[in-house]
Amino acid sequence: MTETALRVLVAKVGLDGHDRGIKVVARLLRDAGMEVVYTGLFQTPETVAIAAIQEDVDVVGLSMLSGAHLTLVPLVVRALRERGSDIPVVVGGIVPPRDIPLLLEAGVAGVLTPGASGESVVTTVKEAAVSRQF
Amino acid sequence: MTDSYEIYQEAFRRSTLRDASFTTMSGIELDPVYGPKDGEFPGVYPYTRGPHASMYRSKLWTMRMFAGFGIATDTNQRFKEIIRSGGDGLSTAFDMPTLLGLDSDDEMALGEVGRCGVAIDTLADMSDLYDGIDLSKITTSMTINSPAAVIFAMFIAQAEKSGVPRAQLGGTLQNDILKEYQAQKEFVFPPRASMRLVRDTMTFAAKEMPRWNSISISGYHIREAGSTAAEELAFTLANGFAYLELAKEAGLGVDEIAPRLSFFFNAHIDFFEEIAKYRAARRLWATWTKEHYGAKEPKSHQLRFHTQTAGVSLTAQQPEVNIVRTAIEALAGVLGGTQSLHTNSMDEALALPTEKAARIALRTQQVLAYETNVAHVADPLGGSYFVEALTKELEDQAEDIFAQILEMGQGSMLEGCITGIEENYFQGRIADSAYELERRFNNGQRFVVGVNRFVEGNDDEDLATLTITAQDELKQRERLAKVRQDRDDDQVRQSLEVLAKEASDPEVNLMPALIEASQKMVSVGEMMSTMAGVFGRYVESVSI
Repeated sequence: MTETALRVLVAKVGLDGHDRGIKVVARLLRDAGMEVVYTGLFQTPETVAIAAIQEDVDVVGLSMLSGAHLTLVPLVVRALRERGSDIPVVVGGIVPPRDIPLLLEAGVAGVLTPGASGESVVTTVKEAAVSRQF
Repeated sequence: MTDSYEIYQEAFRRSTLRDASFTTMSGIELDPVYGPKDGEFPGVYPYTRGPHASMYRSKLWTMRMFAGFGIATDTNQRFKEIIRSGGDGLSTAFDMPTLLGLDSDDEMALGEVGRCGVAIDTLADMSDLYDGIDLSKITTSMTINSPAAVIFAMFIAQAEKSGVPRAQLGGTLQNDILKEYQAQKEFVFPPRASMRLVRDTMTFAAKEMPRWNSISISGYHIREAGSTAAEELAFTLANGFAYLELAKEAGLGVDEIAPRLSFFFNAHIDFFEEIAKYRAARRLWATWTKEHYGAKEPKSHQLRFHTQTAGVSLTAQQPEVNIVRTAIEALAGVLGGTQSLHTNSMDEALALPTEKAARIALRTQQVLAYETNVAHVADPLGGSYFVEALTKELEDQAEDIFAQILEMGQGSMLEGCITGIEENYFQGRIADSAYELERRFNNGQRFVVGVNRFVEGNDDEDLATLTITAQDELKQRERLAKVRQDRDDDQVRQSLEVLAKEASDPEVNLMPALIEASQKMVSVGEMMSTMAGVFGRYVESVSI
C-alpha cells in the first residue's frame, strides 16, 4: 500500500432516493482519512463505472435500499469490468442474508447490512482496496 | 367570554360516544380528561391536548396499514386481507418507478418494478388495484408526491368508472413535494413547477371533492432521513405554512384550505419526546394559523395527524424484537392523540413485510385499542411536569427554526422553504443530525439492542421474508405493452398535446387534462415526461 489516502466513490444507482446512509458513510470514510466522491442520486451502472474510472478511485461503494440490488449491483460490476477496470465494489443497505452469497458470487468484494458499525464500514472498504492488489 | 372548561364541556356534551365502558379493568370509572378547570382542554384552542373534546371516546384512531407490492392484482389481494382483518383505511405504497413518474418499461425502472410498492402505469392498473373495494365507503390514502396530480387524476377516473362520483371520495393524497427536496428525494420537476401542481390539486379538491385531504404534510421522511424531533416538527409545520401561503396566492381563503391539510409524523423510539412533539405540533399549528394567517374557523386551527412508527429504529438483527419497538412507538402515537396509525412490521429492515408480519403489526394496534384502556382518557400525560416542559422546549426550538426560515424567505414561509431547499439548509441540517446520531452509536453513547449491545441470539435462523421475483417486472411490462396496443393512439396523442399546451400556461389548472388523459389510457410516464418537457427536471446539487 502507498502512503496516499484511499479514494472512494460512493454512489446511488437506480431510483432509490434514500440518501441518509450514503451521506453518513461518506462522512465516516472521510473522517477515517479517505477521499470521498459522492455521485448524487439516480445514477445508472454505466455512469457509476465511468465516474469511478475517471476519478481513479480505489473502491466503489453502492448504497441500495430499494430491493433492486440483485439486478443493479451485478450490472455495475460488469460495467466496470467491461471497461477493463478491476476496482472492487462494496454494497451497503437492506440486503437480506440469503442475497449476500449471490452478490459475492457476482463479484462484490463486501456487503454491509443494517447495524454495521462505523469501524466495520471502514475496515470493509480498506479490505476491499487491499484485495485489489492481489 | 366563555372559558375553556365551558367550551370543552359543551363540545363534549355534543359528541357521540362509542359503545364502550370507560372504566379501568377493575371497574374504576374514568373521566374523559383530567386537569384543573383553568387549564387547557382537548377540543379547545390551542388544542395542545387534542383536536376533539371527546377524542378516542368518540372514535378510535384509524388503523391505516400501508401496503403495496408487485403488480396491482397482488396489492388488491393484500388490501382485501387488511379489510378482512379489521383494518379500516387503505394506504397505498407505490413502487419507485411510479414515485418518479416512470413507466415500468422505462430503462431506469430496471429491477425496481413492484419492489418497494405497487407498479401503476395506466388506468388499467388503477382499476385492478381497487377492484371489488367500495371507494365510497373506505377512505384511501396514497403516498405519492412528484406525480401526485397524475395518480390523483387516475384515481378519480377509476372511481368514476366504477360508479362513485368524485364528490363522494374520501381520502388523502400525500402530495407534499417540499419534503421530497428536503428529505425523501423522489423529485422530478424543479420546486416551483412542482408547487404549481400542488396548487392545482388543492384548488381542484377544494371545489369538487369535499371529503378529500389534498396534502398530508409529512415529517415522517424528514425524521427517517435523520433529523431531530424538533427539526421534524419545525420543518413539517413550516412546509404546512408554505402550502397555506401558496393556496392564498391561488385565491383560496385560509379557512377554505387549512381544514383540508393533515399531517403525518414519525413515532420514534424516544417515548416522551415523541408525545411532547405531537402536543407541541397542535399548539403551534393553532397559534400560527390563527395569529399569523388569520384563520377563524376552529377546524383550521385543529391539527390532525397520521403516525407511522419509525422504520429506521428497526434492526435486521433479532427482528422479532422489532415488535416490541413498534409497540412502544405506537403507544406514543396513541398517547399523543394521533388520528390514524401505521405500525411497521418486524421484518422491514430485511425486506417488504410478509402477510404474517403485517398482521402482527396490525394486532399490535388492536391490543392497544381494545385491551390496554389507554384510549379512555384524552391526553393522559397532559399536566405531567416533565411532558409539559418537554412540549414547551420543542415548541421553543421550533419557533427558532421558523424564524430562520422566515429570514431566508424575507418574511415568507413559502419563499423560505424554497430558498432553504435551493441553499441546502434543510438537507444539510438533516445530514448533520443523522451523522451526530451515528457518531453516538459508534462511540457507544447510544445503544441499539441486538446491534451494539446484547447480541447473543443474532445467529438464530433467518426470518422468512417476502420475495418479489423478477417475474413481476416482466408481467407488468407485458400488461403495459397490452394496454399500449389496445388503446387509441390518436386519443393518446391529442390528450398529451392538450396537457403540454395547458402546462405551459401557469394560470390553467391541469387536473381536468390529467383526468381526461387517464381515461384515454395515457400512462404515468407519458404524462410526466410531457410535463417535464415544459417544466424541466430537477437536479440536486450534491453535497456530503
